[in-house]
Amino acid sequence: MSHPAPNPSSVSRRQFLREGMRLAAMTGAGAFVGLSSGRTGAREHYVWQIDPTKCVYCGNCATACVLKPSAVKCVQAYEICGYCDLCTGYFVPEPNALNTGAENQVCPTAAIERKFIEDPYYEYNIIESRCIGCAKCVEGCTRFGNGSFYLQVRHDRCVNCNECSIARVCAGDAFRRVPASNPYFLKTSAH
Amino acid sequence: MRALFPRSLFPALMGLLAALAGAASEMRFPPPEFETDYTMPGITTPPPRSLAMEYVDTALLVTALGLAAWLVHRRRSRRGLVALSVFSLVYFGFIRTGCICPIGAPQNVALGMFDPGYTIPLTALAFFLVPLVFSLFWGRTFCAAVCPHGALQDLVLIKPVKVPLWIEQGLGIVPFIFLGLGIWLAATGTAFIICRYDAFIPLFRMNGSVFGLALGGIFLAAALFIGRPFCRFLCPYGALLRLGSIVSRKAVRITPDYCTQCRLCEHSCPFGAIREPVKLPVTPNALAPERRRLTWLILALPVLIAGGAWLGSKLSVAAAKMHPTVALAEQFLAGDKAPAPATALPTPETRALGRAAETAPELIAAASEVRRRLGIGGWWFGGWVGLVIGARLISLSLRPNRTDFEPDRGACYACGRCYLACPNERVRVGLITPAEAAALQAHAPVPRPDVKTS
Repeated sequence: MSHPAPNPSSVSRRQFLREGMRLAAMTGAGAFVGLSSGRTGAREHYVWQIDPTKCVYCGNCATACVLKPSAVKCVQAYEICGYCDLCTGYFVPEPNALNTGAENQVCPTAAIERKFIEDPYYEYNIIESRCIGCAKCVEGCTRFGNGSFYLQVRHDRCVNCNECSIARVCAGDAFRRVPASNPYFLKTSAH
Repeated sequence: MRALFPRSLFPALMGLLAALAGAASEMRFPPPEFETDYTMPGITTPPPRSLAMEYVDTALLVTALGLAAWLVHRRRSRRGLVALSVFSLVYFGFIRTGCICPIGAPQNVALGMFDPGYTIPLTALAFFLVPLVFSLFWGRTFCAAVCPHGALQDLVLIKPVKVPLWIEQGLGIVPFIFLGLGIWLAATGTAFIICRYDAFIPLFRMNGSVFGLALGGIFLAAALFIGRPFCRFLCPYGALLRLGSIVSRKAVRITPDYCTQCRLCEHSCPFGAIREPVKLPVTPNALAPERRRLTWLILALPVLIAGGAWLGSKLSVAAAKMHPTVALAEQFLAGDKAPAPATALPTPETRALGRAAETAPELIAAASEVRRRLGIGGWWFGGWVGLVIGARLISLSLRPNRTDFEPDRGACYACGRCYLACPNERVRVGLITPAEAAALQAHAPVPRPDVKTS
């Protein structure tokens, strides 16, 4: 600065204050890192997931997600599926006929594929691009069947919000942060 | 029910399905034993973004911050900063779409400090601290060209309107209050409101609620005419960076070497950050009223803090309604008086109330614990608001020590727009000759004799 300050002593005082505060801030930051180093997860980060044992299939997953359509989808645990002809996750109560007619399906978006395997077994697959995570099939399967349909946050879609907006309104309090290395609940037993 | 029961009981793969065996006994419909050569498909488990990519993000953040600091202080290049802004907007904005960004990171840090069950991801900690540490050395280089929110607003600014200084100073305390509110609610596990009311994340995702997208649209439309409205009047992380920038080692200087006080740079800042030199009064006695005002304000500071704290404690009951546990407990207790008709179809609310009924004692205990913690936090939050208001009043009464046209250290986003407004800078980069600069300065607006304090 080529202009001499009119009051050099006051400039140096402010300079001193500024430097002191910067030093204090740096010390604070260092202390903070030291304090929180025990608390941080260096080797792990966390993602949101639904605990299927707590899910009450309320339908909020379809509406509350910041993504439209939701990042929550139904998944099928084939190992515990009964491959029933009358699938209570696929068919509405008292269906007219056990066929793929839209009026018989519980899924509002026809996201479940019903495939004949052998008499009397049918395979049910979720077409994820159609699924909106409304949990209507989950309710049918869990209440009357084996519970092989269940909701999961799909991590190819989930943007991992800092605060999951579905978790905030989840009726079953089923959302939790899980380690990203093990990001799914794999259902191996009924209910 | 017309369900057809599968005929056989157990698959033969006993070893593999040993774990299943116990569970299978609970199944209403045992898994079938297929006679055809059917192979069972597996569940697909698309993995989340890998941890390695999170570290790549952190490395990119540090690199971009370093580059921004170099562009601001050494290279003094607005063009370079624009290029870096475009990169940040595309990568941190549209490709990474947001979480976790430094703006929301204070909440993660607060939750991590107060909730032992929550682990702060290392990347969240880095995203919180690294731009702050940079601000202590090089000012708001994060705002300059690394933050996608700032970059978006900066790039769409087409016709800046000058915001009156009193509005600027008045609304300028909102980010500090928002920061306090965000930390208070995050530390108690109530809500992450900084993320919830983030204006631009829905735009970056090009997806979101109507409210979120509308908020983004409003801020974006405002940003065409008002320079960086989100940064100036809402961004809570900007409030922290402002504090860091005030004490930073290097500050943005408009002129490369020598300020001739030609006033050509005066209106080059769309964010109203350039301040005039302050002339000292001739007689020392003229300062007496200012000193008296300052003394009163310093004395009033504890009163403001105490009053704010008291008012803040009153807010805790309202704030508690934002906590899902408290909201449910309150609804449950209210519902005790007027039960819903049992014939109604289940809604999310009735299902939640069903859970509340099952776990009522724990739920109510948890809710009152949240209330207690919010009550303590309310005192702190209110005190913080009082402190912010008091500190702003005091800072307005301090006589700045400025002999040149300079950006306000806290308010300057280091965008680099003012550099080329200075004739000396134009000479330095070889755009004009010293003689042309002198001619420019001769035609510059004449300094008024009564340079007022700003």
